[in-house]
Amino acid sequence: MAILEVEHIHKSFGRTEVLKDVSFSLEKGQVVSIIGSSGSGKTTLLRCLNFLEHPDKGVIRVNGETLFDAGDLTTQLETQIRKKRLHFGLVFQSFNLFPQYTALQNVMLAKELLAEELPDYKARKKEIHREIKEQAVSLLTQMGLENRMNNYPHQLSGGQCQRVAIARALALDPDILCFDEPTSALDPELTGEVLKVIKELADNNHTMIIVTHEMSFAKEVSDQVVFMDDGYILEQGTPSQVFDSPKEERTKQFLKNYHSK
Amino acid sequence: MELMLEQFPIVVQSLNVGFLQTLKLFFATLIGAVPLGLIITFGSMSRFKPLSFITKIIVWIVRGTPLMIQLLIFYYFPGLVLGKPIWGSGETGRFFAAAVAFIFNYACYFSEIYRGGIQSVPVGQEEAGLVLGMTKSQIFFKVKLLQMVKRIIPPMSNEIITLVKDTSLARIIALQEIIWAGQAFLKGSQGISGAIWPLFFTGVYYLIFSGILTVLLGRLEKKLDYFR
Repeated sequence: MAILEVEHIHKSFGRTEVLKDVSFSLEKGQVVSIIGSSGSGKTTLLRCLNFLEHPDKGVIRVNGETLFDAGDLTTQLETQIRKKRLHFGLVFQSFNLFPQYTALQNVMLAKELLAEELPDYKARKKEIHREIKEQAVSLLTQMGLENRMNNYPHQLSGGQCQRVAIARALALDPDILCFDEPTSALDPELTGEVLKVIKELADNNHTMIIVTHEMSFAKEVSDQVVFMDDGYILEQGTPSQVFDSPKEERTKQFLKNYHSK
Repeated sequence: MELMLEQFPIVVQSLNVGFLQTLKLFFATLIGAVPLGLIITFGSMSRFKPLSFITKIIVWIVRGTPLMIQLLIFYYFPGLVLGKPIWGSGETGRFFAAAVAFIFNYACYFSEIYRGGIQSVPVGQEEAGLVLGMTKSQIFFKVKLLQMVKRIIPPMSNEIITLVKDTSLARIIALQEIIWAGQAFLKGSQGISGAIWPLFFTGVYYLIFSGILTVLLGRLEKKLDYFR
């Protein structure tokens, strides 16, 4: 069974229709890259999955459970949406780390707040706190940041910040981790270190959706590539299908622009 | 000069009493206006249009007219126009009227500073919190509040220093603060009359007090320097 099913998503901002009937599905452990020019709706799609935007039409299912159905208001209650968001993680283009917390605190904060809702929180407070800290330390070590845990975001490079942000998303153990152009705000020499950790996550069978402009990376890391244009999914397939023998004229044109750069 | 030395202990004692009233008005205004300002901010930022409209009109009126007029209106309007004096007689009544006028006036200024602070926190901070499953109130208190506080400290320091000196406006309704106490020696009080120097000397009190506040607020600002 697919871990994620997205069916007929529509989203408009005022009179601008940004998503016009988007459907796709994703198997557990798969990595899908979404490519396409700016304004094609890639970011809006990710934001819909994370409930930062509400689709006007369509259905989102995770593990067979309907998380969102535009036709069913009971799936849109604010209190439930908060829990539903936890199925997804989102790594932002501009990191959005919390500046007043250290790298370690950034990774721990949300999990600690969620732990307060556990029924046995009061009884196991110390133990829970220790577990959360151990997990955060291990995630940051995995990201190669063992020497940076007590630094504040402004003391870190862009690449380091983005790796903290990835650790922060992973701390809540989401079913599907989404990346919104994770390297677009980075200097070219820093993109490599971020792409490397995303590749490692892919190798460890994390289910991921990556919106990216790094074509060679998308080709290398993805199981599936989705080409979006003007609010539609125009073409979809394995990396070799989409990159090496695209069917649509628009895809060819888009890829040609990239290759010539 | 010799005369001044003779007068000095009497004057200082009287000025101290006046300055105590100044301090009371200062702290009462801070304690009242800091939270009331936040309520006004929420009003002016409300998505309920009539509420935000009315709040903005009130803020416009309060910021657009002299505090001195507001003091006079707050103090005299209930008694002279409505025929219902609500402040009570004497110094206590004058103090309450002054405190209410000051709190209202300063809350309006603070509310605009808060609004700037709230709007200066990037929307990405809220979104990051939401995606991590935080509630709106957790996002406000754990993520945004400290960033707001950091950003509003410099403009708030400015307002607080201004407030120290603005308290002297309460003289207009005869509140016996330090200016009133100094002026008394001009007209005649405790055997001293025609002395202008006590009035000038009140400046030293303001100077020292605002100096202390500047240092304290500067320290607070520095304390939040650890993040950007």
